Amino acid sequence: MNNLSQNITSVIRKTALALLIATSVTGAAFAASKVEGAPEAEHVDWSWAGVFGTFDRAQLQRGYQVYKEVCASCHSMDLVKFRNLSDAGGPEFSEAAVKALAAEYEIEDGPDVEGEMFMRPRLPKDAMPAPFANNNAAKASNGGALPPDLSLIAKARGHYSFKDLFMGRDGLTGGSNYIYNLLVGYEDEVPEYITNADAHFELGDSNFNNFFDGYKIAMSQPLYEDSVTYTDGTVATLEQQSLDVTSFLIWAAEPKMEERKSIGIKVLLYLIILAGLMYAVKRRIWENIKH
Amino acid sequence: MSGHATYVPKSDAGKWLEKRLPIISLMHSAAVSMPNPRNLNYWWVFGGIAMFMLIVQIVTGIVLAMHYTPQADMAFNSVEHIMRDVNWGWLLRYTHANGASMFFIAVYIHILRGMYYGSYKAPREVLWLLGMLIYFLMMATGFMGYVLPWGQMSFWGATVITNFFEVVPFIGDDIRILLWGGFAVDNPTLNRFFSLHYLLPFVIVAVVVLHIWALHVPGSNNPLGVEAKTKQDTLSFHPYFTMKDLYGIVLFAIILFYFVFFNPNFMGHPDNYIPANPLVTPAHIVPEWYYLPFYAILRAIPDKAMGVAGMFGAILIMFVVPWLDTSKVRSAKFRPAYRIFFWIFVFNGLLLGYFGQVSTTDNFLGIDGITNLIVSRFSTFYYFAFFVVVLPLLGLIEKTKPLPNSISEAVLGEEGAAEEAADLAAVDAKA
Repeated sequence: MNNLSQNITSVIRKTALALLIATSVTGAAFAASKVEGAPEAEHVDWSWAGVFGTFDRAQLQRGYQVYKEVCASCHSMDLVKFRNLSDAGGPEFSEAAVKALAAEYEIEDGPDVEGEMFMRPRLPKDAMPAPFANNNAAKASNGGALPPDLSLIAKARGHYSFKDLFMGRDGLTGGSNYIYNLLVGYEDEVPEYITNADAHFELGDSNFNNFFDGYKIAMSQPLYEDSVTYTDGTVATLEQQSLDVTSFLIWAAEPKMEERKSIGIKVLLYLIILAGLMYAVKRRIWENIKH
Repeated sequence: MSGHATYVPKSDAGKWLEKRLPIISLMHSAAVSMPNPRNLNYWWVFGGIAMFMLIVQIVTGIVLAMHYTPQADMAFNSVEHIMRDVNWGWLLRYTHANGASMFFIAVYIHILRGMYYGSYKAPREVLWLLGMLIYFLMMATGFMGYVLPWGQMSFWGATVITNFFEVVPFIGDDIRILLWGGFAVDNPTLNRFFSLHYLLPFVIVAVVVLHIWALHVPGSNNPLGVEAKTKQDTLSFHPYFTMKDLYGIVLFAIILFYFVFFNPNFMGHPDNYIPANPLVTPAHIVPEWYYLPFYAILRAIPDKAMGVAGMFGAILIMFVVPWLDTSKVRSAKFRPAYRIFFWIFVFNGLLLGYFGQVSTTDNFLGIDGITNLIVSRFSTFYYFAFFVVVLPLLGLIEKTKPLPNSISEAVLGEEGAAEEAADLAAVDAKA
């Protein structure tokens, strides 16, 4: 009875473990499986991923340029202030450069001593300018669709998979891969794999994107080759711009990531050493105690 | 297990205080001189870990409340203000958010340990009830805390859960209006949830004090489930168990801070980074992971009122476990059949957690014709059957293994126990 029950217990434990692994693996497989013939989403090897990952400053600066010249014509970024652009762990523009960037836009201020509101150039303390006065204005200009604020978009998209548990993948890679693939995933015409699977697929006023849920996206393709001319001479392919702006969006959503990781390594090292010391003391105390 | 208040104040101030309020000797007997069974294994450190997590949550929570604004139009941005502009704000918030999850992990292990070793059995029923009360309060606190960032999942989770109360007969609507402070989840809801989220942790602290008091009277159970009888069965709490607990807490903190620093959003939901919008319902409304098994039970039962009853019943049934279990033997170590049912119960709980977050209409593991819903019904059935069938019946029919005479005999062997007893007697004689 004893041996039998132990065997059964161990079998149950092993099955449980196997099933757990199976569910997480198949779960991931289902998330990835799409209509037959659909292009595979690319998994980008981001510089900022991983426990030691840091942003590429030049990339963040290029990403800001893409945001500013393309995205910002429809999307706001309310939570990011100009001063953040010179913060450590970000694009790290010089303070003078940030002042100049901010001054390109005006903001309403006041009231002044006479009680009048007035316009003044933006200062580093001010937020990025929003393209529309309010959501209704934004919808009216975009065929009824509201372009979402981009401050947190990188954390608000994608999903966290069990694979994110390891190597400090941060759960952010899901959102960033989604954004990157979305930006490069537009098609001029409905591809064959869709018409083969669903003869009644109609695009209507929408645009086709391989990686958008349901394939129909209100946003028309935002980036093309040479949509911007990089000041640092980097060739502005569609992929390059998409990578750059996605990294910028990750930074915008998680501006303290570098600080977080660099402190984290020290904290974990400290705790691991502390645990070792604790274990040594505990062993010493229990040395001659049978338990 | 009384008579271990060995504290004698040495200083004049200590003597002065002891006469008026013997609080130091109370603490001394609870955390220093308390005799603990010598054979406690590492599963016993999770009580201390849970206490550590409660303190972490309260400390980070109080500081977060200094920067947070409980107002529907400002709450979301005030959390982002904490993340972006408050010094160390990101650390506070990520520790608090992940700390909640880790607190639940510690408490779940603590509860399961109690179930495996029969720690709820006489004379520890009140200890168990108080523990369950803590767990119940934690569920309420965790739920209300998740509402505070006022993201999409906050808002819609609050909507779904408060709507459960609609099924209460006669007063259901009134309860809901009271929870909402109006006729829908809105600013008044956020205000009262914030107020209660700040209050409940201190209620938890009070119940924890009672929980420790109720532990103090019969003393800890142990892996053998045999009561500690003699001095050689036990060791003083300090330094033996303080040190062991501290070591466990540091190991646990490593896991907590791995998430905080390197994967802070893993246990959250992306939709909660979208500000609450009453006009847009998220595709899937998923509660926090620690509610998922109960959410799965709710969804597995076809009738809404029965589903809600099943969900709350699943929690409430744990309160009466001491009276459902008929076995005279505490520890699963000597209950071979119970051990099997126990591990199925654990696995079934994980499975229910899985069902809580997947679509009910999808096929289970991709097997054609078997939906998640069907399997989750079997899981729900087993969950309840474990309590109302297995626990009462198994105790009557199970052939248990022989129990050791005492802890010391099991640990030291018959001769060793006698030697230890003689040694202790010699020490006593000297004193």
